[in-house]
Amino acid sequence: MKAFSDLYRRLDSATSTRAKLTAMVEAFAAAKADPTQWASAAWMVYFLSGGKPRQTVPTRILWRLAVEGSKLPEWLCAECYGNVGDLAETLTLLLPEGVAGEAVSLDVWMRERLLPLPSLDEEERYARLEVWVAALPQDQRLAFFKLITSELRVGVSRLQVVKALAEVAGIEESRMAQRMIGYSQARRTPTADDFAALIVDVDPIEGAALDAGRPYPFYLAQSWKRPLETMAETLGPPQNWIVEWKFDGIRAQLLKRGKNWRLWSRGEELISDAYPDLEPLANALPSGVALDGELIVLIPPPGEIRPDSLDGLAPFASLQQRLGRKAISDKTLRELPVALIAYDLLELDGRDLRGEPQRERRAKLEGLANATLERAAGRGERLPLRLSPLVSAETWEGLADVREQARALGREGLMLKAREGAYGVGRRKGDDRTDVWWKWKLDPMSVDAVLIYAQRGSGRRSGVYSDYTFAVWSAGEGAPNRELVPFAKAYSGLSDAEMREMDAIIRRTTVETFGPVRSVTPTQVIELGFEGIAPSKRHKSGVAVRFPRMLRWRRDKPVTEADTIAGLRALLPAGGEG
Amino acid sequence: MDLIAPTDRGLYCEAGDFHIDPWRPVSRAVITHAHSDHARFGSDLYLCHPLTAPILRRRLGDVAIETADYGEVLTRNGVEISLHPAGHVLGSAQVRVARNGEVWVASGDFKLEADGVVAPFEPQRCNVFITESTFGLPIYRWRPQAETMAAIESWWRENVAAGRASVLFAYALGKAQRLLARLDPSIGPIVCHGAIEPVNAIYRDAGIIIPPTRLVTEVADKSELRQALIVAPPSAAASPWLNRFGDYSDALASGWMQVRGNRRRRGLDRGFPLSDHADWSGLLAAVEATGAERILATHGFTGPLTRYFREKGLDARALQTAYGEEDEAAPGAESAA
Repeated sequence: MKAFSDLYRRLDSATSTRAKLTAMVEAFAAAKADPTQWASAAWMVYFLSGGKPRQTVPTRILWRLAVEGSKLPEWLCAECYGNVGDLAETLTLLLPEGVAGEAVSLDVWMRERLLPLPSLDEEERYARLEVWVAALPQDQRLAFFKLITSELRVGVSRLQVVKALAEVAGIEESRMAQRMIGYSQARRTPTADDFAALIVDVDPIEGAALDAGRPYPFYLAQSWKRPLETMAETLGPPQNWIVEWKFDGIRAQLLKRGKNWRLWSRGEELISDAYPDLEPLANALPSGVALDGELIVLIPPPGEIRPDSLDGLAPFASLQQRLGRKAISDKTLRELPVALIAYDLLELDGRDLRGEPQRERRAKLEGLANATLERAAGRGERLPLRLSPLVSAETWEGLADVREQARALGREGLMLKAREGAYGVGRRKGDDRTDVWWKWKLDPMSVDAVLIYAQRGSGRRSGVYSDYTFAVWSAGEGAPNRELVPFAKAYSGLSDAEMREMDAIIRRTTVETFGPVRSVTPTQVIELGFEGIAPSKRHKSGVAVRFPRMLRWRRDKPVTEADTIAGLRALLPAGGEG
Repeated sequence: MDLIAPTDRGLYCEAGDFHIDPWRPVSRAVITHAHSDHARFGSDLYLCHPLTAPILRRRLGDVAIETADYGEVLTRNGVEISLHPAGHVLGSAQVRVARNGEVWVASGDFKLEADGVVAPFEPQRCNVFITESTFGLPIYRWRPQAETMAAIESWWRENVAAGRASVLFAYALGKAQRLLARLDPSIGPIVCHGAIEPVNAIYRDAGIIIPPTRLVTEVADKSELRQALIVAPPSAAASPWLNRFGDYSDALASGWMQVRGNRRRRGLDRGFPLSDHADWSGLLAAVEATGAERILATHGFTGPLTRYFREKGLDARALQTAYGEEDEAAPGAESAA
């Protein structure tokens, strides 16, 4: 635990990416040199790369530890939590110092202490935790509580972990990325062997690793945010590009190797079990295939269907109902069937196609999809597979017009993929014309909204009123009895300096305080952007917005001139498709 | 009637006709210490400790000042006024006010731990204690000063080894001098910002030993800066003044650094929780030592602190004041120290 805690503190206090990388390299190298540390190092890699074990200590037990351990009234602990904004840190600051016991390794903590906890009754769990924490050196408590509250955010990306490990192992990053796939899968129990497997020298046949059922690292798109006029100059003619819709679904890779199939999400989580809908498709595919695409809810209309038809595509809200479900009922499968919109083929006949040009892969994908769907149709079977339809126009201006339709269709914009481009790794980009997938999203919708409630944030924003609730007017200016109706919460978009300034305004204009929330006299207008909007019965405003964030502080605007509900509803997509 | 009551000008003792730390001009102002939220411009006459006077003059110019040593009793209209050490900064005092056997003490800002630099806090038995509550939450419990100083020294040494300057932000009056007097000067040269150097001189005049310090303009060999501790007020953060130090590590010494979010928001490399205010345990201990049955809390976490006392059976409530607008009072304030 000490090595982990030391690394955590170094990462937490490092302000530069380079310093974080150095800290990880040093920690992994130290572990590599001492095989007795491998098991703990395996856990370290697991946590840093985003692994989250099942929660072993429920929040209520931790809260009880805070209250009983500090011997303070519960309301005072709540007040402290409100100011710190982080339970792990609050616990660290409130609990009295104990007498440090013997050093316990991270591996022992996890395997022998924490993971067995859920099988015990609550009193026993509490009793053990109390004893363990008392014997935990003060300077290790924060890392420990962060670990058990699953809030171990230290600002390192998975890619940085891969980089650090690659450096320690002395192998290529792309190789390490392959080795790391599936590593941080939930509920895994990494062992010394896992760490050893990460840092061993390259085995010549490892590159293939096809039978392991592991996906390829996902190729991530870059945002195209430059003006339309520069597109021809930077990207060349649109004819050099394969253009598709950007769907609002879940990115996934479907693999078929031998008789086994696997579905992996972009978070490199194995999700096959959550989507049994795809089993018939997987069964119909030949072995040695890897499809990249988007999971969406699609309710196929009766009759013959073209492979690239999107009839029956449901809005993202439907897919949301499928997320995070452990047990999938027959009813859900019937009412919210999921399909894969395929847009890339990474492997065919067991051969890695990623180095081939996009157009070649697309042609092979079309061949495979058409053949598979046709064979199935011959058996009277309808498979949950669609080809991502191609979009075309003579000019970038023409494509921009097509892109404008995305909102009404419930799509996020367009994807641009260079015809000659290979399938890359991660978000890295090379040449703007050939080595990038561009996502060309619609500008977010926006309204001018009024700040009416504020809440203290957590993490970086802890202690400062940084999480806001926004409202629009129920009717236009001059209307009798018009009032402000809350419709969205947002916390990102202001600079740190603006946030501090807003914090001061909130403290000055507070009308009432309810626990961590303050209502304020409406004085501030913020231009609020969002990615999508849908009707909602649960919201007083009658709409729900997606990914709201603050675009601009409209200091120039009086609150009376903020937008109205009618203005907000005008942004709702017209059609039923979403 | 209360011996001391808040008015729109400050804490007022009507019987003795004087204000304590008024925030607007009054005829007689008793000043607990020279931080700008407690010592404001415009009053006709100031009463303070002799060690506060030079700082007051520096801040307010040529104003009329009377001084009283710790423990010296002045009597006005039958009201006894005396100053007692508060342990906050040089010359800081609690104000004890007594009439007909009833004793009130206004703490000003104070801390309990003896820092070895200024006269340590001396609790005064009283009926009513007007206490600050800047850090009136139990998450604020300070480590012993020696431990924090050692942490700062090891950060400075690491930077010396890496060949980069150590920029330490600290409030110009009090915190900066406490650091200078307590840190090991053998680690490297010490450079002070222009806002701090004049206060150093006042401390030295008061007999406090502060190792040699220089302004950055007095450093001829700029390579020395890479070994140096540079002490600057928090307002210097992100100012062009820092550009001359090249690659540097920055840190803030302030009680607010107890919470990680406060450090991270400022984008600082390090935060050292070191305060000249009482922590939670200090506030409780101070109140207990006064024996007061009535507690009035000014600036800070007044709500939680007074509720806690009320639940312990004391008569405690919050007083609205204008203190704490500078100094350490607001974690979000630019000038927080």
